[in-house]
Amino acid sequence: MLKRLAALLLVVMMLPVCAMAQEVVNVFNWEEYIDESVLQQFEEETGIHVNYMYFTTNEDMLVQVEANPGAFDVVFPSEYCVQQLNAKGLLAEINLDNIPNFKNIRTSLLDPTYDPGNAHSVPYMWGTLGILYNTEMVDEEDVKTWNVLWNPKYTGQVLMMDSLRDAMGIALKLQGYSMNSQQFPELQSASELLKTQKTSGMVKAYGLDEFKDKMVAGEAAMAVVYSGDAQYAIELNDKLAYSIPEEGSNVWVDCAVIPASARNVANAEKFIDFLCRPDIAVKNVEEIGYCCVNEPAIEELGEEYAASEVTNPTDETIANCEYFTALDANMLLIYNTLWMDVKNAK
Amino acid sequence: MRFNVSLPWWAYAAMGVGLMLFVAMIAVSVKRNHGIRRPLFASPYILWIVIFTVIPVILIGYYALTDVNGKFTLDNFRSFWDSNYIMREQLRSMAGDEMANTIARGSVNIDTLVYSLWMAFLCTVMCLLLGYPAALFMADKNIKMGATVVVLFIIPMWMNFLLRTIAWMSLLEDNGLINNFLEWIGVGRLQLMYKQSTVLLGMVYNYLPFMVFPIYTSLSKLDPKLGEAAQDLGCNEWRTLYKVTMPLSLPGVISGITMVFMPSVTTFFIPRVLGGGNTQMFGDLIESTFLTAGNWNLGSALSLVMMILILISLSILRRADPNGEGGGIA
Repeated sequence: MLKRLAALLLVVMMLPVCAMAQEVVNVFNWEEYIDESVLQQFEEETGIHVNYMYFTTNEDMLVQVEANPGAFDVVFPSEYCVQQLNAKGLLAEINLDNIPNFKNIRTSLLDPTYDPGNAHSVPYMWGTLGILYNTEMVDEEDVKTWNVLWNPKYTGQVLMMDSLRDAMGIALKLQGYSMNSQQFPELQSASELLKTQKTSGMVKAYGLDEFKDKMVAGEAAMAVVYSGDAQYAIELNDKLAYSIPEEGSNVWVDCAVIPASARNVANAEKFIDFLCRPDIAVKNVEEIGYCCVNEPAIEELGEEYAASEVTNPTDETIANCEYFTALDANMLLIYNTLWMDVKNAK
Repeated sequence: MRFNVSLPWWAYAAMGVGLMLFVAMIAVSVKRNHGIRRPLFASPYILWIVIFTVIPVILIGYYALTDVNGKFTLDNFRSFWDSNYIMREQLRSMAGDEMANTIARGSVNIDTLVYSLWMAFLCTVMCLLLGYPAALFMADKNIKMGATVVVLFIIPMWMNFLLRTIAWMSLLEDNGLINNFLEWIGVGRLQLMYKQSTVLLGMVYNYLPFMVFPIYTSLSKLDPKLGEAAQDLGCNEWRTLYKVTMPLSLPGVISGITMVFMPSVTTFFIPRVLGGGNTQMFGDLIESTFLTAGNWNLGSALSLVMMILILISLSILRRADPNGEGGGIA
């Protein structure tokens, strides 16, 4: 027993030595956000060992990256978090010459407001915010506008997102304001609108992830969801459909970035380039189910995939939508106060 | 959001000194008693309490009385009373007095607290009305089923309360089991989910055992001769129950009320799952203040108010059961 323990200890102590001898890339990604076989393929093709680590929220990741300089070579933040990381000076400029497959990325997602010229980030997955509705209960014409969430025809049939940025964003957008508004009167009127929605009994329930299953079970006429959840629900129930209202909506993009403190920049670039390869992008999209950023990969995924507004929104839709920008702590408190007012309305 | 807790140096110093004092006390105790004496066996428990109860409570107090920069302030309690306080002060610095003065007092925190207390009160009353007869039944030595019922009460508690709550959801949903049954017998579907009564149902269901068992314990400790004596002296069954059994089981009732009321006030998750987030309870409010708004200071102030309320109600209940006969929880 003691011998075995000693052997184990020896192996554990040897590990870092082995790792040192080999080229490595330290990847920090969301859980279940890659096809694991892709990592193996990368190791076989390049001989670079991948150390793969997980995080569960952007905020958690931000703290980790800040607290552990040099620990990560590739990180996958959401677009507003790219902005936050960059504002703190934690991101390295990415030399796009070393990422030849960057040319595959869909042009409508390039040069975004959160990172002009893609100086620090390469898009990985993306999606939209919209309305998942039951075609047997809802008129298709009605869901072309966010106003449907206030339409008396569907009183008590709406599942509303229990998230302050998304809910406030919808109310702002409906009135023609930016989803990132920092103007107090605009925010106040958005909050009033959401209060009316609640007090008039439009909302059946507030929630998040559980909505996709409720919609599959036919528990409500419509729900505000992200396109990834919509895709999941539509696959399970063909009476469901997804709409991105005409007023515009939110587009989110999860990106690959290289921290300023990264120790293996060349390997990180190789890894990002690998992810931008069409065959690899196809594998990842098939595993995760979000929208594909890779043009050749979209072609490979088939016509049905390319034609769907859920999986592959048009360039016009993207142009009509907005990225969320990060709010500073003070603004967030104002948003939160107004949102709590909504939740408290009776 | 702030995850890395940074405290002033004196807080760390105090913790270090506390730990050293603890070790010193053990050393002194061993030396004085020339060996290990019984009270020393309590020391692991005391250490546990200090690390996981005393220090966190001190931290909550510290956060509640300071602002983001660690400076002393009472603003967090002002925002408890007036939920728009922080927003108004923000606006004052951003847009000036004129805009700020248009904002009236916000009553979100007080409303939520009152609502939570009301729901907890209803839940306690219903648990008492349902639980007392059940406990009487279980404690009656003439009924053979009693022991079986006790087991039936305990078995559901082996399951996690989240699971039990989610199970209610699939029973009550529009396309759930109950509604399918109602449709089948021709009554038609009813809206059962996402109502105040649904939340209450979930709470009563989850907390009922905490009412039944203390009452059951104090009832089964009762000497049956007392009841017989009352009947010999001319009381009928009801009068015996009212004059003898009930007053003697009061300690159990008190501790049952405490054990149901306290967790009811701080309930969260149940309103979200069964109530569809339509009405928040104080537990939900504290959670979202910490996690969504990232405002640890206000969140701590809210928790502190909650704790003080619970302490007050405990001390009131303690007077009704000074000897701790009902298990000494109150």
